[in-house]
Amino acid sequence: MQDRLKELQAEALEKVATAADLKELNDVRVSYLGKKGPITEVLKGMGKLSAEERPKMGALANEVRDAISGQIEVKQKELEEAAVQKQLASEQIDVTLPGRPVRTGSHHPLTSIIEEIEDLFIGMGYTVEEGPEVEKDYYNFEALNLPKGHPARDMQDSFYITEETLMRTHTSPVQARTMEKHQGKGPVRIICPGKVYRRDNDDATHSHQFMQIEGLVVDENVRMSDLKGTLEVFAKKMFGEDREIRLRPSFFPFTEPSVEMDISCKICGGSGCSVCKGTGWIEILGAGMVHPNVLEMAGYDSKKYTGFAFGMGPERIAMLKYGVDDIRHFYTNDVRFLKQFSVEE
Amino acid sequence: MLVSYKWLQEYIDLEGVSAEELAEKITKSGIEVEGVEKLNEGLKGVVVGHVLECEKHPNAEKLNKTLVDLGNGEQVQIICGAPNVGKGQKVAVATVGAVLPGNFKIKKAKLRGEESHGMICSLQELGIEGKLAPKEYAEGIYNFTPDTEIGQDALEALNRDDEILELGLTPNRADAMSMLGVAYEVGAILGKDIKLPNPQPETSTELASDYINVTVEAKEDNPLYVAKVIKNVKVGPSPVWLQTRLMAAGIRPHNNVVDITNFILLEYGQPLHAFDYDKLGSKEILVRRAKDGEVIETLDDVKRTLTPDHLVITNGTEPVALAGVMGGANSEVGSDTTTVLLESAYFTGGVIRKASKDHGLRSEASSRYEKGVDPARVRPAAERAAELMIELAGGEVLGGEAEADALDVKPAVVSTTLGKINKVLGTDLEMNQVEDIFARLKFETAVDNDTITVTVPTRRGDITIEEDLIEEVGRLYGYDNLPTTLPVGESTPGHLSDYQKKRRVVRRYMEGAGLYQAVTYSLTSAEKATQYALDKREPVQLAMPMSEDRSLLRLSIVPQLLEVLKYNIARQTESFAAYETGAVFLKNSNEDLPEEREHLAAAITGLWESHPWQGEKKPVDFFVLKGIVEGLFAKLGLESQLDFAKAELDGLHPGRTAEILLNGNVIGFIGQVHPTQQKSLDLKETYVFELSLKALLEAETAPLQYTAIPRFPSISRDIALVVEKATAAGDLETIITEAGGSLLKEVNVFDLYEGEKMEEGKKSLAFSLKYFDPEKTLTDEDIAKAHNKVLAALEEKAGAVLRG
Repeated sequence: MQDRLKELQAEALEKVATAADLKELNDVRVSYLGKKGPITEVLKGMGKLSAEERPKMGALANEVRDAISGQIEVKQKELEEAAVQKQLASEQIDVTLPGRPVRTGSHHPLTSIIEEIEDLFIGMGYTVEEGPEVEKDYYNFEALNLPKGHPARDMQDSFYITEETLMRTHTSPVQARTMEKHQGKGPVRIICPGKVYRRDNDDATHSHQFMQIEGLVVDENVRMSDLKGTLEVFAKKMFGEDREIRLRPSFFPFTEPSVEMDISCKICGGSGCSVCKGTGWIEILGAGMVHPNVLEMAGYDSKKYTGFAFGMGPERIAMLKYGVDDIRHFYTNDVRFLKQFSVEE
Repeated sequence: MLVSYKWLQEYIDLEGVSAEELAEKITKSGIEVEGVEKLNEGLKGVVVGHVLECEKHPNAEKLNKTLVDLGNGEQVQIICGAPNVGKGQKVAVATVGAVLPGNFKIKKAKLRGEESHGMICSLQELGIEGKLAPKEYAEGIYNFTPDTEIGQDALEALNRDDEILELGLTPNRADAMSMLGVAYEVGAILGKDIKLPNPQPETSTELASDYINVTVEAKEDNPLYVAKVIKNVKVGPSPVWLQTRLMAAGIRPHNNVVDITNFILLEYGQPLHAFDYDKLGSKEILVRRAKDGEVIETLDDVKRTLTPDHLVITNGTEPVALAGVMGGANSEVGSDTTTVLLESAYFTGGVIRKASKDHGLRSEASSRYEKGVDPARVRPAAERAAELMIELAGGEVLGGEAEADALDVKPAVVSTTLGKINKVLGTDLEMNQVEDIFARLKFETAVDNDTITVTVPTRRGDITIEEDLIEEVGRLYGYDNLPTTLPVGESTPGHLSDYQKKRRVVRRYMEGAGLYQAVTYSLTSAEKATQYALDKREPVQLAMPMSEDRSLLRLSIVPQLLEVLKYNIARQTESFAAYETGAVFLKNSNEDLPEEREHLAAAITGLWESHPWQGEKKPVDFFVLKGIVEGLFAKLGLESQLDFAKAELDGLHPGRTAEILLNGNVIGFIGQVHPTQQKSLDLKETYVFELSLKALLEAETAPLQYTAIPRFPSISRDIALVVEKATAAGDLETIITEAGGSLLKEVNVFDLYEGEKMEEGKKSLAFSLKYFDPEKTLTDEDIAKAHNKVLAALEEKAGAVLRG
């Protein structure tokens, strides 16, 4: 009986070793370890053994069983692993094939510029104010110290709708409206982005519709040095820490003193090139101290309150920042143009 | 304003300050210098020569053979093609080795067998614009006056050894439209004194008032009119120095009399006009508003019909000049003129601007009057002109002048305080620094403690209030010297409004969904303005549009987006999706401003999804765009307030269009562009939606509140229903939701079958219903109770039966 068990063990282990797949291995398990298997069969003859031999034989039978099932387990792991390997080998892909494109759109570059400026000034305590694109002559001109017949109205030939209403020529009327809303009290710190319209033929540098973004601060002790400091923060954040600014006297009817701000030319570093027309400086925006007439008309005591205002064109900034050469690109919406601005900076 | 660096030195010492440096200084302290042009840039080797002999070229009809004395003892043969070359002329000769504009090098040459040692030059060949060259030399070579010394540098003789500063003047700085004004400005910048002309013309015993009587009817338009009379004038060409001054400033020389008036205009900024006294036909000057329909032929040979908006100079009856703009042809100074009536007048800006604008006529005179001339220069300018008339035209100036003077202009007296100056600028200036700045400007000041009172000369009409004084102090102190500070005082929280925040969410959502943001024009054509309008109102129209295409304000954005699609598809882009947020304009009958409503619109065409090597190509369809709208509402927490209702709208496919409802109110539409419209735009299937962003962003939403994650499982029941083809899935869903009671948590369509296995006119719609009770695990009986109600309601209300 002992020999028979040993024989069975050797026989089973041989079969385990040669089993080619999991099914064969399972067959071995069933045929040798199953209830009707040969080991069980052998053990049925245990009754004929002596009481001494019986436990020995029982132990041996268990040894044989354990040996077989242990090997089966090992073999099973081997075969499973082999099966996995086989499957993996059959599942090779070409990782260089292109991935599934994710549809993405993007911001219009002007929106990117405007939002960047908005966020910059929000960080400095400004709120964002908006106003109508069709404006009253009063807010667009008169409240800004541009009475009817003022020569400076020629500077911005406008689209009138009626005698008293027109397409706003700048976002400054929002300043007038906001000041009026504050009823002569400070502080006012606002930034006003929006579309504006002028009677220009569309060409590479002119557009009858364009964007503007303006800022206004009115309070009891606003100084021109504050304007200079604010613009410097803006210029460095927007165009780079290494940029310098300079203020040049200029004229706007709604500010006095009035200035224009230039930034040092990035391309030539100030030595003069075609972008800065050889001057080393690039004009970025107009600004100034709010004209006392504008303050008074909006209900402020100009003896007590002062303010500064500045205004700029997002198109111009985008053109300088990204090197865009034709303002019409912003309104043609060519996907080959728009796509280039889907990168988050 | 073009300022000659050389000319400027007649009024101020510019020793040690180059034109470039001067330009930089002027720019930084007040007036932008837009460019500095070297007039002799790239030119050399041109001398004044004397044509000793001139005969026809033996072998060429149109050429002349000349012998020219170059002044250095050298006489050379030059072949010249100019028709006006002649013996005895003093001319500009580009000698062998000379360089002309465009790097044109002069070499010894043989022309039709004759040697030529140089070139006799026209002004254009020396870099002067043809329109500025005197008419008699415009088509040929230039002749110097006979007294010109030969052998000298011709470029110097023509004052081309000069640099021109181009000033970009803002409307307030009319004072710098004259050489004297610029001299004052430069004097203030450099802190130097200036030399002014001091004209003292000799006069004859005859009096101007015996020749002419001046009356001004329109005193408001013309507070001061001064007329001088100059007799025995010999009209002829001006000397070279005068011609070149004018050309450098962009004015064409005509004859000495006209050139003198233009010279004074440039020097004093005071426009003058010379009439041929004998052609006036009367001894009277009457200044008045024109009569309606009155006609004048101006010097440019154009007949102009006038209105009472325009001011005219008349001889008592007929207009002889359009005041301040242009003289009349009937009284023009010509070569036969002997007596000149010289007008120096102060016209106010408004009336001149109106005439200039109405007649599209901008002259050197009108542009100065429009911005305001200095009334104090009217008389000195006339004196200076008279002096030059004697000197350059051999004239005899009559004593005194005929005039009408109702002028009441006094220098402005403006006060400010040192405290205010420092408060506004943020500086720490001392009073003596402020005084010094005004002294440099040649403004008189009086200081009383902290207060400074400034008497502003009339030439600086732009300075009227204390802020103007502060600007003068600031700009001459130098903005570079201002400290750099940030506003102090009460701090304010910076933020976006809720609306603005949500609008950014909408934009990011649309972009995340795969759409590009477009920005299009608000102005559009009559056809497009009302197309796809949600609100059918009459569009707002411009009073004077520039073109038909941009004459009205849009009522919808979709037509603009369709144009964008058309543009891109026509340029090899197969698929494109764009959206825009922006205002549409709704005319108000009662208010004067239209209502501006912000809309959101989108348009998609071509493939929505494609992965070519996996063989996937999914074109856009209604449900792609509808999904985007649904997602948008969900993003804003408005999912439960959104409905779609089948609709038929102009320009859209009648079977594939819906209205978008928010809380039962129509706020937009979605649909396929009508095939006819698609065809006319060369577009394949295209879907659009537009809705009121304002309504969407202002809709009330419930505050965000956490609900517990369910502890008990939900149970699904799927049903396939057979219904009439026309039955809307949405209606069935409503029936199910209403009948399902509180246990029914979710209903989803998961199949639609309209195939041939269905009975004619029927379709099958399958729904998946999810039941759930937060308190316990549902039993079959619980569900059956609710589910049976659903089935009964479906049968009763929609005739829907379970598919067998």
